[in-house]
Amino acid sequence: MWITVASGKGGTGKTTVAVSLALSVKNAMYVDADVEEPDGALFIKPVIKETFPYTEPIPKIHTDKCIFCGKCADACVYKAIAILKPIRKAMFFPELCHSCGLCAYVCPVKGAIEEVPKEKGKIRKGGKDSHKFMEGILNIGEASATPLIRGMKKYIPKDMDVIIDAPPGTSCPVVESVEDSDFVLLVTEPTPFGLNDLELAVQIVRKMKLPFGIVVNKHEKNNNLVRTYANKEGIDILAEIPFSKEIAEAYSRGIPVVNVIPNGKELFANIFRKIKERLNE
Amino acid sequence: MNRVKEVVILSGKGGTGKTTLTASLSKIIPDKVIVDADVDAADLFILLEHTRKKSTKFRGKSVASIDKNKCIKCGECERQCRFDAIHKDSDGNFSVNFYKCDGCALCTYVCPVHAIQMNEEIVGDWYVSETAFGTMVHGHLIPGAENSGNLVTLLKHEAQLIAKEKGIKRIIVDGPPGIGCPVISSLSGATLALIVTEPTLSGIHDLDRILSICKQFRVEAKIVINKASINKENVEKIKQFALKNSIEIIGEIPFDRCVVENLSQKLTPIDTDNCKTVRKEIEKISQYISARF
Ligand code: SF4
Ligand code: SF4
Ligand code: SF4
Ligand code: SF4
Repeated sequence: MWITVASGKGGTGKTTVAVSLALSVKNAMYVDADVEEPDGALFIKPVIKETFPYTEPIPKIHTDKCIFCGKCADACVYKAIAILKPIRKAMFFPELCHSCGLCAYVCPVKGAIEEVPKEKGKIRKGGKDSHKFMEGILNIGEASATPLIRGMKKYIPKDMDVIIDAPPGTSCPVVESVEDSDFVLLVTEPTPFGLNDLELAVQIVRKMKLPFGIVVNKHEKNNNLVRTYANKEGIDILAEIPFSKEIAEAYSRGIPVVNVIPNGKELFANIFRKIKERLNE
Repeated sequence: MNRVKEVVILSGKGGTGKTTLTASLSKIIPDKVIVDADVDAADLFILLEHTRKKSTKFRGKSVASIDKNKCIKCGECERQCRFDAIHKDSDGNFSVNFYKCDGCALCTYVCPVHAIQMNEEIVGDWYVSETAFGTMVHGHLIPGAENSGNLVTLLKHEAQLIAKEKGIKRIIVDGPPGIGCPVISSLSGATLALIVTEPTLSGIHDLDRILSICKQFRVEAKIVINKASINKENVEKIKQFALKNSIEIIGEIPFDRCVVENLSQKLTPIDTDNCKTVRKEIEKISQYISARF
């Protein structure tokens, strides 16, 4: 079963919840898909066994074969190629290229465009005790996290309990992380920001027709902001994690919430059990 | 024509209090246009009471669509699409996944019967609003849509036009989280990046990554440590890190529950009297910025 932990807003405690959940499920795998800012390793402290680059193909124009017809440049919707016909010059802007392959497809001259791999980021695999660990790290200056996340998913075993830590927000990379999951856990906090961003996240998972539930982090007594919303929308709240300075302080030292609150393991194992039950209904 | 100075507030990691700080600074620093560039989770408007003056549709993305009457179901588009965006649906028709389609148009070339067309989709709205503290340019994207970088560029461009027209001195930008495309767009042409961090291991880790981006795009960076009282040791680490990289720390805001309490009332820490220590520090940061940028 794949569970993706997402949150419309950053800083709701998504990572500490995802890590805690993974540590509370036997033999589970934790996948850090927050590739722009992967922080899960700071909490899990895994032993890394393998690191490899993730690449995507980009065009290389061989000017000895190119006839400077400009077809590739006209076709590329991202304007990543410019062909200067009069002076027979080809220019390529790698930061604009989306690796779609169209330029090579339209080029009329065999061998004028060769697709070569370009590193977009790194994937690291390892583990901690009985738990497996994987993370993606986007190279600085890469515009889009989506390809790396798509690439990482190929290394996630289908038959395992997997907790995927999605990027914050509600943009494309989040959709990529959430897709193919069996369940989405939305972590929120009971503030007007939290609620606004939760509503956006709910819109996405509803559109994608995925089962989902809410975990309220930094819950304060007498604050019913999220409860009222969840009630109205008929969404399950699977757990409420209290707000405390101890949790915040432990977090600052890289200790996940499961190891700070009393009965932490139970609380998170319970979330997992509830999700399983719901999926078996 | 010269660009109006842009101060972009960034954090790398979310939840460091970036938006709350931006709202507070926007209320104190005079003579500015405000931009909410966190378009995937635009929250600034919640803290700044405003009236919308202008609303425009944002067409940001081309998406392929297949004419099922023309399609001969050869499957070539599915095989060639590198974004895994075309699949056979339950009715046996080939269809395009709106979220996954990158808009590259490759499928329109490979289809033997020209059954595929590209359509520009409306992926959001953007607004010019008036607040008691100045004009605000903001927008939002349909959840799951890409192209937030383009929208950020557009918002900043509009802010530049407004500032120039009205002779306003500076633009304050609430930047997006992360280090990807929208962050790069928000940094492009900026005068100063104010990085809000917190003394946590993840805060420090992300600070390093966001500063590399600033360096790469040659934007001067300054640091604000938020929630400084959570972990003194980590504050020291941030200070050493800043020293080593010759980056100035221009504020240390203590951790105080009043910030969250105010937030749940949609108030910033500077709106009330219960948040004095936080407020004093934010005022100091505002003065620093007003004097130099
Ligand atoms: S399409 Fe091929 S031959 Fe034509 S300009 Fe591009 S690389 Fe050169
Ligand atoms: S691979 Fe696609 S995006 Fe890159 S240059 Fe070729 S056509 Fe443009
Ligand atoms: S436009 Fe590109 S990404 Fe979209 S469906 Fe066609 S080939 Fe795939
Ligand atoms: S390539 Fe054209 S004809 Fe073939 S399945 Fe795709 S849309 Fe249909």
